[in-house]
Amino acid sequence: MKTFTSNPFYKFIIFPVGQMLAFILGAGTLLSVIIILLAYIFRGSVTNLDLVERTITILPKVLIDGITIGFVYATIALGYTMVYGVLEFINFSHSEIFMVGGVVGVELLRYFDAQGSLATMNEYVVIGMAIVLGMVIAGGLAVTVERIAYKPLRGAPRLVPLISAIGMSFILQDAVRLILGLTTGEFNVILPQFGTFDEFQILTIPGIANAVQIQNKTILLIAVTVMMLVGLNFLVNGTKIGKAIRAVAQDRPTASLMGINVNLIISLTFLIGGALGGAAGVLFALKVTRLDPFVGFFPGLKAFTAAVLGGIGNLTGALLGGLVLGLLESFGASYLGIFTEGAFGAEYKDILAFAILIIILIFRPSGLLGQTVGQKA
Amino acid sequence: MAKKILEVNDIHSYYGHIHALKGISLYVEEGEIVSLIGSNGAGKSTTLRTISGLMHPRSGSINLGGTDITHMEPHIIVSNGVGHVPEGRGIFPKLSVRENLDMGAYTINDTPKNSERIEQVFTLFPRLKERVDQYGGTLSGGEQQMLAIGRSLMLNPRILMLDEPSMGLAPVLVELIFDIIKKLNKDGTTILLVEQNAQMALSIAHRGYVLQTGNIVLTDTADKLKKNEMVQKSYLGIE
Ligand SMILES: Nc1ncnc2c1ncn2[C@@H]1O[C@H](COP(=O)(O)OP(=O)(O)O)[C@@H](O)[C@H]1O
Ligand SMILES: [Mg+2]
Repeated sequence: MKTFTSNPFYKFIIFPVGQMLAFILGAGTLLSVIIILLAYIFRGSVTNLDLVERTITILPKVLIDGITIGFVYATIALGYTMVYGVLEFINFSHSEIFMVGGVVGVELLRYFDAQGSLATMNEYVVIGMAIVLGMVIAGGLAVTVERIAYKPLRGAPRLVPLISAIGMSFILQDAVRLILGLTTGEFNVILPQFGTFDEFQILTIPGIANAVQIQNKTILLIAVTVMMLVGLNFLVNGTKIGKAIRAVAQDRPTASLMGINVNLIISLTFLIGGALGGAAGVLFALKVTRLDPFVGFFPGLKAFTAAVLGGIGNLTGALLGGLVLGLLESFGASYLGIFTEGAFGAEYKDILAFAILIIILIFRPSGLLGQTVGQKA
Repeated sequence: MAKKILEVNDIHSYYGHIHALKGISLYVEEGEIVSLIGSNGAGKSTTLRTISGLMHPRSGSINLGGTDITHMEPHIIVSNGVGHVPEGRGIFPKLSVRENLDMGAYTINDTPKNSERIEQVFTLFPRLKERVDQYGGTLSGGEQQMLAIGRSLMLNPRILMLDEPSMGLAPVLVELIFDIIKKLNKDGTTILLVEQNAQMALSIAHRGYVLQTGNIVLTDTADKLKKNEMVQKSYLGIE
């Protein structure tokens, strides 16, 4: 057993992917069972449709939507959680790093579109370029923000860098608004139409009457985030740099006595977190097709919540928290209206999601998994 | 005369407004065990922290074998040959024993040499070998101290600074740790030893410094210090 579990293929591919599947299946099954039970209980009080049948019919779509947004939250949440693990500091400007990544990615696509080359290029190459550019710019920006706005305050009381981070958020929002305003005269950025990302793949599952439909961009989003999460797991748990990151997270002064350049590792943490946020931004843009300088706020806040839900500072926790929050939100959005016959619509999804979250945190104040980055996943 | 490996010249260190070191000067020669004794809060740890670059002195200078290291960052000072086992041992609680030892050799990229060093550490502390895959945080205090010392040996430092290695340990373990320190010194390691346990420290040291509220009040050979009336009264519990 020991030799099997220390096999790198198991440790860095099978284990993290299996863990994701377990989280998805666990949370997805639990919520599905609860909602179907509720449908049975309340079927008498909803009169204009068959509540049970309706619930089951839309369930696959609800699950897929939840998992999709859950992976976006998880990817952003990793940026919060890594920085927290190393510095015990909430980087509130991370939501703007995410936004910048998305805007940069879309601007690249718009540039290709204006050149007339977007239609002729391979769609996956194009989106790949947008993601990489979003990652580079967002990662570089995160490092720069740390150097300018956080590093000089490292010895200061904890509230001071927090205020600086909130200030950085406003500065980045306004900087993007200014740049967009000066260059395009319009601060909504709209994703140009290209490729086959909006088309659906039809999955027929034997025994289930309605085929499941998944949009190509959803498949792309999940595939890319899963690859990034596997890559991050390898980096943190399988490389010397990862070991240094974990050492710095556990004991900064001692890490420097080992010869680790602590400032470099902190920059690297911001680089990785920022790059993940930037990639999430581009994928998010592909999903919602329209961005503005303030679009980072809600996904950022939710990803931060996901990080807290999973146990802030814990990488695996960010993944679990993201998926749970995404699913809760998706269930709320789809079923609140049906169950209350329209009295509470999808706009109440956040209230439901956050209410459940508060209940979870009352019982598990340090989050579902509650350890720190220092720990091996 | 033997070569001075470490020379500290009139350093002043502060924590914010607290003036913790008020002009410390000391030196360590090649092959010596030099002990720094003094009561709690005297500035012993601060002296070591200033030498290893964890904090920087506001004035004064620190010289390591001819190189001025006063303003260097700790990760650079380490690779110049200063090993520092901090107070409280500084074990990474969520890294395994092996990973902790690997961290000790972080600056060198030489896997065969690392494995060889780890084997040497295991010869010195066989107990660590039995615990090699355990998290550092699950070790007993004595085992953690062994790990901390073993880890600092991974780079074969020119000078090894130990901050209260006997702290919180049972008497047999204190004996064991001091035997190891003596053995390391006999094998050629120069040692700067900080201790509140003055009795033990002076029994293995060649020379010593006595610290009081950020000042060195006395320095001599260990034998003379043991016979000094003030030292006997304040640190050895002899009336
Ligand atoms: N992190 C710190 N912040 C503020 N003051 C400190 C800190 N560490 C130590 N001091 C103060 O510096 C002085 C010297 O402390 P220290 O070097 O730890 O003494 P020793 O190791 O001899 O017990 C003491 O007065 C102590 O209160
Ligand atoms: Mg001390």
